[in-house]
Amino acid sequence: MENILTQTLVYLGAAVVSVPIAKRLGLGSVLGYLIAGVVIGPFALSLVGDQADVMKFAEFGVVILLFLIGLEVQPSMLWDMRKAIFGLGGAQVVGTALAIAAAALALGLPWQTALAVGLVLAMSSTAIVLQTLDEKGLRQGPVGRAAFGVLLLQDLAVIPLFALLPLLAIGAPQHAAEAGGHGASLVSHLPVWAQTLSVLAAVAAVVGGGRYLVRPLFRFIAKARLREIFTASALLIVVAVASLMQTVGLSPALGAFLAGVVLAESEFRRELETDIEPFRGLLLGLFFMTVGAGVDLPLVARQPLTLAGLVIGLMLLKFLVMYGIARLFGAPKRGALAVATALAQGGEFAFVLLTFTVGAGVIGAELAALLTAAIAVSMALTPVAMILYERVAALMDAAIPDVTPDTGDFDEGEPDIIIAGFGRFGQVTGRLLAANGFKSTVLDSDIEQIELLRRFGRRVHYGDATRLDLLRQAGADHARMLIVALDDREKTVELVETARKAFPNLTILARAWDRRHAYDLLSNGADAVERETFEAALALGSTALQKLGFRAHRAHRAAAFFRRHDRRMFEELRPMWGQEEAYVLASRDAAQTMDRLLNADLHRMRPGDGGGAWDTASLDEELRERAQREGAD
Amino acid sequence: MTDASTGAMTPATSGVLLVLAHPALERSRANRALAKAAKGYAGVTFKDLYETYPDFVIDIETEQAALRAHQVVALQFPLYWYSTPALLKEWLDLVWLHGFAYGEDGEALKGKTLFVACTTGASAKAYHAHGYNRFSMDEFLRPLEQTAHLCGMVWETPFVVHGASVKDDAALKAEAERYKARIASLLPTKTEA
Repeated sequence: MENILTQTLVYLGAAVVSVPIAKRLGLGSVLGYLIAGVVIGPFALSLVGDQADVMKFAEFGVVILLFLIGLEVQPSMLWDMRKAIFGLGGAQVVGTALAIAAAALALGLPWQTALAVGLVLAMSSTAIVLQTLDEKGLRQGPVGRAAFGVLLLQDLAVIPLFALLPLLAIGAPQHAAEAGGHGASLVSHLPVWAQTLSVLAAVAAVVGGGRYLVRPLFRFIAKARLREIFTASALLIVVAVASLMQTVGLSPALGAFLAGVVLAESEFRRELETDIEPFRGLLLGLFFMTVGAGVDLPLVARQPLTLAGLVIGLMLLKFLVMYGIARLFGAPKRGALAVATALAQGGEFAFVLLTFTVGAGVIGAELAALLTAAIAVSMALTPVAMILYERVAALMDAAIPDVTPDTGDFDEGEPDIIIAGFGRFGQVTGRLLAANGFKSTVLDSDIEQIELLRRFGRRVHYGDATRLDLLRQAGADHARMLIVALDDREKTVELVETARKAFPNLTILARAWDRRHAYDLLSNGADAVERETFEAALALGSTALQKLGFRAHRAHRAAAFFRRHDRRMFEELRPMWGQEEAYVLASRDAAQTMDRLLNADLHRMRPGDGGGAWDTASLDEELRERAQREGAD
Repeated sequence: MTDASTGAMTPATSGVLLVLAHPALERSRANRALAKAAKGYAGVTFKDLYETYPDFVIDIETEQAALRAHQVVALQFPLYWYSTPALLKEWLDLVWLHGFAYGEDGEALKGKTLFVACTTGASAKAYHAHGYNRFSMDEFLRPLEQTAHLCGMVWETPFVVHGASVKDDAALKAEAERYKARIASLLPTKTEA
């Protein structure tokens, strides 16, 4: 990298040009990055030189990806998914590795190499699969869960593979240290027991640090309200964990995953996701571009048929094994088809593992180059394969109508309601909704409040709800309702306005400070508002009437009548408020309105009489007259 | 609510549960006088429905437990449109449920007594085939009588005060005494207790 600016220019330029085009063509962003990489690579335009440095940098994208995956995985969820992870995932890795190894053996490779190739190719691409499933809306359903379980086990399996693969060496190992950000650990000269101890210590440090160090730190930073420092500290944690893991000879990606899991239950989960997401996207993009640039075009050109055969064989084998396993585990045909298609490509870890195995002398350089190309092509074909799957699925649906109603894919994991602000107001609303079976995601920026609530096991997230990206993270795209219960006038208006623009279909309810605020919110797009003190004041008034001697039902009716009267006045004064706003001083304005309200209260309501209900004086009068007549008879 | 589940079995099922339903008791001299007479009487549990549930949100478990715990259920109300006031109807609808008050497993009220005490605005003459209300009180109270029958309860002859709003204080006092005597007759005698 003689000139960082030039390099950055090339990579960013290639990404900006090719990714939107690929997306427009329905190929997905991953393919866009790969193609961009091939184009700028040494075998085409040759705009970028040595990939090794960039590759190492880009691999950090995979680390961040795993950190984010970890954030999604709460330990409880891990336990719930144990069947998908260890059953389905374990069967997939073992089954696929053996099937591919057998095929490789049949093609004449020595068994060690064949087994290594099988293990490397058993990996699928977490980045591509999750993105594809997201785009198809399959992420939250049973298909998404199964795929996620398998991917997770694959990611976990990478660690033992680093230890296992060198044992399969047949050639002289080159310096095994280089590849995959792995190998040359500071502890490798230590005796085995000390190495083991240091690994355990590192894991304990990540878990313990995440629980007892990082959260107070974040709390401290959150109080400072400096967003960029929050982002910086989030990145710092990922980098720190990655280097710690590297030091003790573990995979940085796995360390990041672990750190993610530890922080998954913290209140900062959403904020962390939001802040780190762009880095993941860019670095992964860079990673895919370096892979693309690494595709040895002359080699591909020399052996196009071999490559085509490899790609087709790879995808077909992976598809068949996964389909069979999914069916064995009781998945319906359609679901098995979806999972098997989604997971049929080679994965980003395969690149890392390949570089590593070449270094360890397990796989020859030329074979590795060929496999790298095959994996890249198989990744590129994933969107195409998914389109094919959709066609087949559509045919299946047409053949057997109404057998599988398509309700399973409807995001069961998404919240119904987002509650922004969970203080004295939001809590009551939230509890009522929860008590009636509605799931809600809560956003609050008061760290003490969150601490307290989390102690009672509530799902509360830290963050400034007026941020659009955080709303998106919280699921505003799919939620039915946004309840704005902030105790900040300006922020409430701002949030209502933002949310109304970004999510036109969302029902927005808001807590209003007073009458003027309520009108403001309605004109900014709130569907309904409630003045925050109105109901409480009314209830206290009703209690006052009772203490003054009203019977309970009469007091209740008096309050109910007053509520109706006030709501009518609220609607009636609405247009007037709009006119006066322009020139009347707020205080005078309020005084005038109050005057008008009090007048209306006296003239339109006959206080306490409950609207002349039940046996009025007129009836008594009539009955008395009638009795006198009858008595006279 | 342990009462609700065990009340029927305990021997404490005695006394009168007097359920008063008047939406504007402050304006009813007759119902106030009657309630006052029965209220302090030993063995009578007094329940003012409109005071207890001003918002109409009835606590079913509490009410069912109270029903189980008493031998006599007395309903006191003004006759509105030849029927009970709305909250008393709501109370019947919500509390006297299938499986509790009636139906194959609904035996909570079986063998108990239902006693209705009712005030009317019109005079006794009006509740007659030739009066302007055209039917007798017995006929107007048939829905409640049948309710008692379906629940396996004993139907006590109703206590009715006609022309309640035109009676003077002395007449109302006499009615209150008569009411007190009727309630006393429904309570177990001292030798039984």
